[in-house]
Amino acid sequence: MEHHGESQGHHKSYLEGGGIGSWLTTLDHKRIGVMYLAATMLFFAVGGIFALLVRLELLKSGPLFSPDVYNKFFTFHGAIMVFMFIIPIIPAALGNFFLPIMIGAKDVAFPRLNLASYYVFIGGALLAFLAIFFGGVDTGWTFYTPYSIRSATSVILVTMGVFVMGFSSIMTGLNFIVTIHKLRAPGMTFHRMPLFLWAIYATAIIQVLATPVIGITTLLLVMERVLGIGFFDPKLGGDPILFQHFFWFYSHPAVYIMILPGMGIVSEVITVFSRKHIFGYKAIAYSSLAIAFISFLVWGHHMFVSGQSAWANFLFSILTMLVAIPTAIKIFNWTATLYKGSIHLQTPMLYALSFIFLFTIGGLTGLFLAALSVDVSLHDTYFVVAHFHYVMMGGTVMGLLAGLHYWWPKMFGRMYPEIWGKISWAFVFLGFNVTFLPQFWLGKMGMPRRYHDYGPEFATWNMVSSVGSWLIGVGFLMMFIYFLWSLKRGEKASSNPWNGKTLEWQLSSPPTTHNFDHVPTITEGPYQYGVLR
Amino acid sequence: MLPQASTIAPHIDSLYNFIFWISLISFVGVVAAMVYFIIRYHRSRWDPFKTPYITGHSAMETSVSVGLFILVMVIFAWGWKDYKKIVSPPQNSLEISVLGHQWFWEFEYANGKKLTNELVVPKGRPVKLIMSSADVIHSFFVPNFRLKQDLVPGTYTTLWFQATQTGEHPVFCAEYCGTGHSKMLAKVKVVEPTEYARWEKEEKKEKGLNPAEVGKELFTKKGCNVCHTVTGQALIGPSLLGIFGKNEELADGKKIQVDENYLRESLMQPQAKLVKGFPPVMPTFQGTLTDEEVNAVIAYIKSLK
Amino acid sequence: MTQHVVAEHFESAEQAFEASKLGLWLFLVTEILLFGGLFVLYIVFRGLYPELFHEASHHLNRTLGALNTVVLICSSFTMALAVSRVQHNDSKKAAGLLLFTFLCGLTFMIVKYCEYTHKIHEGLLPGVHFSFTEMAHPKAPLFFSLYFMMTGLHGLHVLVGMGLIAWVLIRTRRGDFSSQYFTPVELTGIYWHLVDLIWIYLFPLLYLIG
Repeated sequence: MEHHGESQGHHKSYLEGGGIGSWLTTLDHKRIGVMYLAATMLFFAVGGIFALLVRLELLKSGPLFSPDVYNKFFTFHGAIMVFMFIIPIIPAALGNFFLPIMIGAKDVAFPRLNLASYYVFIGGALLAFLAIFFGGVDTGWTFYTPYSIRSATSVILVTMGVFVMGFSSIMTGLNFIVTIHKLRAPGMTFHRMPLFLWAIYATAIIQVLATPVIGITTLLLVMERVLGIGFFDPKLGGDPILFQHFFWFYSHPAVYIMILPGMGIVSEVITVFSRKHIFGYKAIAYSSLAIAFISFLVWGHHMFVSGQSAWANFLFSILTMLVAIPTAIKIFNWTATLYKGSIHLQTPMLYALSFIFLFTIGGLTGLFLAALSVDVSLHDTYFVVAHFHYVMMGGTVMGLLAGLHYWWPKMFGRMYPEIWGKISWAFVFLGFNVTFLPQFWLGKMGMPRRYHDYGPEFATWNMVSSVGSWLIGVGFLMMFIYFLWSLKRGEKASSNPWNGKTLEWQLSSPPTTHNFDHVPTITEGPYQYGVLR
Repeated sequence: MLPQASTIAPHIDSLYNFIFWISLISFVGVVAAMVYFIIRYHRSRWDPFKTPYITGHSAMETSVSVGLFILVMVIFAWGWKDYKKIVSPPQNSLEISVLGHQWFWEFEYANGKKLTNELVVPKGRPVKLIMSSADVIHSFFVPNFRLKQDLVPGTYTTLWFQATQTGEHPVFCAEYCGTGHSKMLAKVKVVEPTEYARWEKEEKKEKGLNPAEVGKELFTKKGCNVCHTVTGQALIGPSLLGIFGKNEELADGKKIQVDENYLRESLMQPQAKLVKGFPPVMPTFQGTLTDEEVNAVIAYIKSLK
Repeated sequence: MTQHVVAEHFESAEQAFEASKLGLWLFLVTEILLFGGLFVLYIVFRGLYPELFHEASHHLNRTLGALNTVVLICSSFTMALAVSRVQHNDSKKAAGLLLFTFLCGLTFMIVKYCEYTHKIHEGLLPGVHFSFTEMAHPKAPLFFSLYFMMTGLHGLHVLVGMGLIAWVLIRTRRGDFSSQYFTPVELTGIYWHLVDLIWIYLFPLLYLIG
């Protein structure tokens, strides 16, 4: 039934109206997305400060902080970045905002669950942060037993925090799967969905299937410390390697929870800023699902030197190699999309291209670590640190920044300043390579990770790496400033500044509370650029 | 470049180099295509409303997949071939047991000889380490050998190697194990087989030294210096400079004067009387140090003024 | 009788129902994976120490375990009947059946409480707290860690289920549900069946298979 005399709310921007209270109790997926964005970016800043402190310690050989303080720094850096920033940010902030819009829906399937997931997330994060005031935690973000059972620090608070945040992740994933299955607008078939949504869908599947396992793992670790149940404690007859299996059964798929949404954003941005149809839509879409599937079968590659059987290593190595294929397909297709496009080099595109550049390095260095014999020499060295930063930061964070600049005008109705966008990009991109490229070399030279101090043979490249971290810091500082500045002072954005073809660009910038006045009917795919059809 | 000091090292390096070149070629390929497209099809040269409608090319996608599949399987098979060598110690290996502690390494030879943070092995003979940990997980890592294996409390893991270069090769702990993780260092001293045979037979030869000098050697050999300085700076444990005769406040608030008995007790039952402000992490040296050695260490500590 | 209003972002009541149902099934998948972790531990430790499981199962009270199994199966049956009654606009009978289901849940928890107190009294406790002297097997504490973790987590689910049943019971009596709208009853029912199902695995694995 059509209502013509719609209430005023339908034509007001979602940003307008209501005080802080109406934000905190909102059921609007867009507002929840924005609240997630604010929280996760704040956590990102905190995690970044810890990263700078870690690099400060490693600037020169010899102690600056005590080893215990340093160990807490890198633990907080890892735990904050993984559980509070990189896992939630793209799905829960950008996904929340754009998923319903991109399928032509008014909201996610369960708005109340959505809000609940936000508060559960904040609650879990606060619980984990509480540990800072109770002696910190020094186990590394991986919480390996038996160290985490013996450690005198606040392991319980942090693991409980991770447990609680896991619930939030499950709620988000569940909500997204149902929304995609049940709330697509008429004509929005799966094969007409934007690739970002395919990526979010694949991510949501992993969130739902893998997160419960970290839930039970952290719960058991807490019980291990409270009740001494002994499953993972060799002194009580348990097996510490079992903990690693449990932990990586979640945490490896979680790597894909982190990277897939970034890949989704890159698919959007590359095609829009080339003004050309994406190359190989189905291959990109299904490769996301393939990656999600394989992600459950490769956890053991984190444990090649843990003492697990050689045949387990055989299996995990061969399966890990398979990940290369869907990943390479994506890189190939993104590059091919540029061919005969009309390349617009604005900030979102610069980040998307940086993604391809850096993620290719991240992916290829994964081959070294997947090859059994080479991994024996490189495991747990700085080579691994460099590798996963190229994937997580060079991949996911670049994807995130591409998406944030791409959708900023839509979310807040204001343009970010393009020139500052480019300057800050240059700092982040160069700083990133200066920081992490030397770490491959350090790892090859044999420098183990999580080292508070090192010998003279590692001095030069560590100094270079630390200087690089300051460049990244400057780049992000600029970005934080200009984003906040643009909220009030930025140039007003038109409804479609990039000539995008997906549904969000048909709405005003920022969108109205109910997204669509009339449910749209979809008749074609999302990337209908070009004349020579 | 790191020396290739074991028989397996050149094999691992060959595969490393193979992957490196394959990766470099792929990376340069992707980036060159990307940069070329960006310049050639920049919007200043290519009308945004006249881009061609290209939706994909299955044959190209398939050939990329198949080509890559073959390549990664080659890498896998190569890695597996060498890995099998890494995990298959020869029958005639010299067996040495290794025990990891927070934060030092203890090596015990078949004849009962014990070394701390130094592993002496003959060149050209396979050596098999049978390893376990006394507390948390550690990882025995010798970059010059390209080898690494975790030490897991409650089970035994093994690692074998055959050294090809004499000299000292650094050992790192590669699995995070707490405060002293980055100081959990050791060295593998590779000697000529004849020298090894001589070394194996020789008894303690601290004859020419006085007890304090013997104690000083033990102090670094047994890894005491990881946690205790002799310069007055507190690390994980209190500095030992001038500690003898001093009044120390204990964790329970009591005071104690540091004398020979207290030092001995601290070596045997380190947790019995902790100095205030330090964590209860020191391992016991019961059974590791002989009575004479304990006396030597105490003599050394007394000499630190 | 209050009329249920379909949330604005749904096209129809049917779409809303379908969405809720899919959501619940996904939630059940996460529940199975949560318990899955414990079942994997069970398989691992049982594989390592089969004789331990044989010996330890004798120290569990099979009669009480069997009683609880019967109680839960009955409750699942009455739950299913309650859902069917609501769908047929028979709120009155449905309320009675829900009450019975709730009481079954309560019985289960009381029996569980008796079992636990007995175990605690005997010192058959998890991990470091284990102080029972008549079991020779050195890994005996591990079995009781498993026992308490598995039945404890399950018991927690029974409590949550009872809370949900109480909630739909109150709403049923208030007349919130009809053949037009019965989503909460149906979803609570499916959840309760899962709780029941998990017990049906736990009982033989812990108590019976020697």
